[in-house]
Amino acid sequence: MMPGYPFKFDRKYLPVIVTILMFVFAFVAASIKYTGFGTFQVFYNMLIDNSFIIISAVGVTFVIISGNIDLSMGAMIAFVSMVAAALTEKVHLSPFLTIPLVVALATLMGSGMGAIITYFKVPAFIATLAGMFLARGLCFVISIEAININDPFFRDVALFQIPMPGNTFISINVIIMLVMVLLGIYLAHYTRFGRAVYAIGGSEQSALLMGLPVNRTKVLVYAFNGFCSGVAGVVYSFYLLSGYGLNANGFELDIISSVVIGGTLLSGGFGYVIGTVFGVLIQGIIQNIITFDGTLNSWWTRIVVGLLTLLFIVMQRVLTFKSKSRVTKSAT
Amino acid sequence: MAESDNDIVKMAGIYKSFPGVQALEKVDFALKKGEIHALVGENGAGKSTLIRVLTGVERPDRGRITLDGKEVLIKSPQHAQELGISPVYQEINLCPNLSVAENIMIGREPTKFGCIDWKAINSKARQIIQRLDIDIDVTQTLGSYSVAIQQMAAIARALEISSARVLILDEPTSSLDAHETRQLFQVMNRLKRDGMGIIFITHFLDQVYEVADRITVLRNGKRVGTYETASLPHMELIAHMIGRSLADYDDMKKTKLESGRRIQGHTLLEAKSLGLAGAIEPFDLELHAGEVVGLAGLLGSGRTEIARLLFGIDRPDSGSISVNGKGVKSFTPLHSIKRGVALCPEDRKADGIVGELTVRENIILALQAGQGWFRHMRMQQQYEIANKYIRLLHIATPSADQQVKNLSGGNQQKVILARWLATNPQVLILDEPTRGIDVGAKAEIQKLVLSLAEEGKACVFISSELEEVLRTSHRIIVLRDREKVTEFSGEVDEHKIMYAIAGSGS
Repeated sequence: MMPGYPFKFDRKYLPVIVTILMFVFAFVAASIKYTGFGTFQVFYNMLIDNSFIIISAVGVTFVIISGNIDLSMGAMIAFVSMVAAALTEKVHLSPFLTIPLVVALATLMGSGMGAIITYFKVPAFIATLAGMFLARGLCFVISIEAININDPFFRDVALFQIPMPGNTFISINVIIMLVMVLLGIYLAHYTRFGRAVYAIGGSEQSALLMGLPVNRTKVLVYAFNGFCSGVAGVVYSFYLLSGYGLNANGFELDIISSVVIGGTLLSGGFGYVIGTVFGVLIQGIIQNIITFDGTLNSWWTRIVVGLLTLLFIVMQRVLTFKSKSRVTKSAT
Repeated sequence: MAESDNDIVKMAGIYKSFPGVQALEKVDFALKKGEIHALVGENGAGKSTLIRVLTGVERPDRGRITLDGKEVLIKSPQHAQELGISPVYQEINLCPNLSVAENIMIGREPTKFGCIDWKAINSKARQIIQRLDIDIDVTQTLGSYSVAIQQMAAIARALEISSARVLILDEPTSSLDAHETRQLFQVMNRLKRDGMGIIFITHFLDQVYEVADRITVLRNGKRVGTYETASLPHMELIAHMIGRSLADYDDMKKTKLESGRRIQGHTLLEAKSLGLAGAIEPFDLELHAGEVVGLAGLLGSGRTEIARLLFGIDRPDSGSISVNGKGVKSFTPLHSIKRGVALCPEDRKADGIVGELTVRENIILALQAGQGWFRHMRMQQQYEIANKYIRLLHIATPSADQQVKNLSGGNQQKVILARWLATNPQVLILDEPTRGIDVGAKAEIQKLVLSLAEEGKACVFISSELEEVLRTSHRIIVLRDREKVTEFSGEVDEHKIMYAIAGSGS
């Protein structure tokens, strides 16, 4: 599973494995219960519908592994889609300019929050909450009503179907999502930045004393999360073909719970990008099951996800190996 | 001062002060190539500060540091590491969630085509671990290994930094058993033979004799001296650490412990066979009204452990305490306060003052705690008490509303003292009350303790400064290796007390 070094079964892989098994189990169970569920297209649809969440969740995984938190994702996605829509429809900027621009803007805003958190020591919760309000507010400053995107490029991308074997298809968003996931895995396990993130999450004090660039890494983590929000926002506008201030409302909490269900410890230092992917898919499959069932209120998704998140946090506590540091008897 | 060619590091004339305390005063220190140099001294002597200056965590106020004859200005911990100065602290400063190999290599991971080369990381780590003669799986998480192994990993990391030539080990053996300690010493000796200079900070003096070539003794921020281990008798070392030089003792007449009135006060506190496994062997202790009992002994001898037991912070697993004849059943600080026992703790910053609160709030703290949540003291009463003690103890503060963190060390100590005096205790336990305080304030506090005894209280005075203990106590109890060794009273020969503290092997 982890490319690069020999796979050794370690207790720390357990939450991720459980998540993946849960997903497989749910898929198999649903396929048995509901006719028409057990097809590739259903699975692909889950990927299509959740690609933007997965993209954003990749960035959030890094934030949480580093021991921090970010609440701004939903607002950033909405903001990015709103700016993209406004630039395309009102200013008539080419999509090839708009898209890099909004992604850069999101990255910049992420870095800004990261800098405030790192250098001004503002608690991450507060700083990103402020970022969230700012981003949402700016959405409505740009436009109170939704802006529909009629630009041909956007429409082409939105409707394009990449054919897959067996008369199935996926969308471009899924490709973008796969690229971002692979990027996340590469960063996490093959770059010094990624390893510094894990180190900081494990013990920021130690990371500092070991000479790691803690401050720079912390800002970069939020910059990367901003970048992911930006890409997610672009993918979301491909998906919805509109920019609206209420887009992605509350998504940040879904994303965070996906990361937790994916096996990443909220306390930091542990977590895998691939786990997050399955964490999102589990939310997706629950939603799908409820839709397929037809009798349940769709709010049940939220309830089940909430219970799952709780279950996973408890399981993480139980499974995480106890830190073996003996209490050193202080000499007096 | 002539620079020896053999010195890797030379620190000359180092001064460092923090608000209220001069941590280092004109300290010189030199480390030779291929030597293990022990740095010893009681708590507050300045060892940690000296190391923090050398490792770039602090900048000295004055003084020079030279590395291989060239003067350097150490700007940061990272810079110090680049210069080859590698500290390994008592708290393992590694990341327990990463693998052993990664902990050793992180920050300098070898890469291949822009990717971290895990194979190379693991093989390099294995090499270094083998150099230390340890056999572990470097791909496993650090947190899954014992503290001893984690420490080895910390040393391995310190060594990996290619030009590491100075290895600083700060209390490395505190969490190790005898076998692991021997392993560590083997590693240290091997590194020494390779030319590394090792600074070994420890309070275990027998370990110093086992492995160190030279010893530097610090006391109260000053360097007492540097000695060849082979030619420094055990007792002389201790004399340097806590008392006068042995030569001085020979000239001195016997000291008469302050007796004043004949101590006839009734027994306020009695401990019978009181002990706690791992902390202190069962001991007997009697405290009478009107007397000061000094606890003397080295770091690690169990003084603070006794204080904690008497005050009810720790629960004993053997023996009993009675206060005023009544047996003690509940061991909590709150009950001790109610019984009239008070403790001024050793670590002012951590266990004593609440920096953000005012002088008044700090002083009435224990009193209010004794009264509980619902019987709140009236403001007027609070100010009365605060002002009374500000006057009584000459606490230098603009007003009772000054935040305590702004006061000097000596005055902070007085605030803590005031807090406990306000509870009107019968028994007052003082753990290192003059640590980190200037000479003048020290003398004031010593006089204060004696006057408290004259009022009829029983005081326990703990200090690593033997002179202080002698000057302030009516009776002295000597502790060694977590055991009560003996008691002295009346006329005492300081030499004898030193013997008792040092034990065999002088």
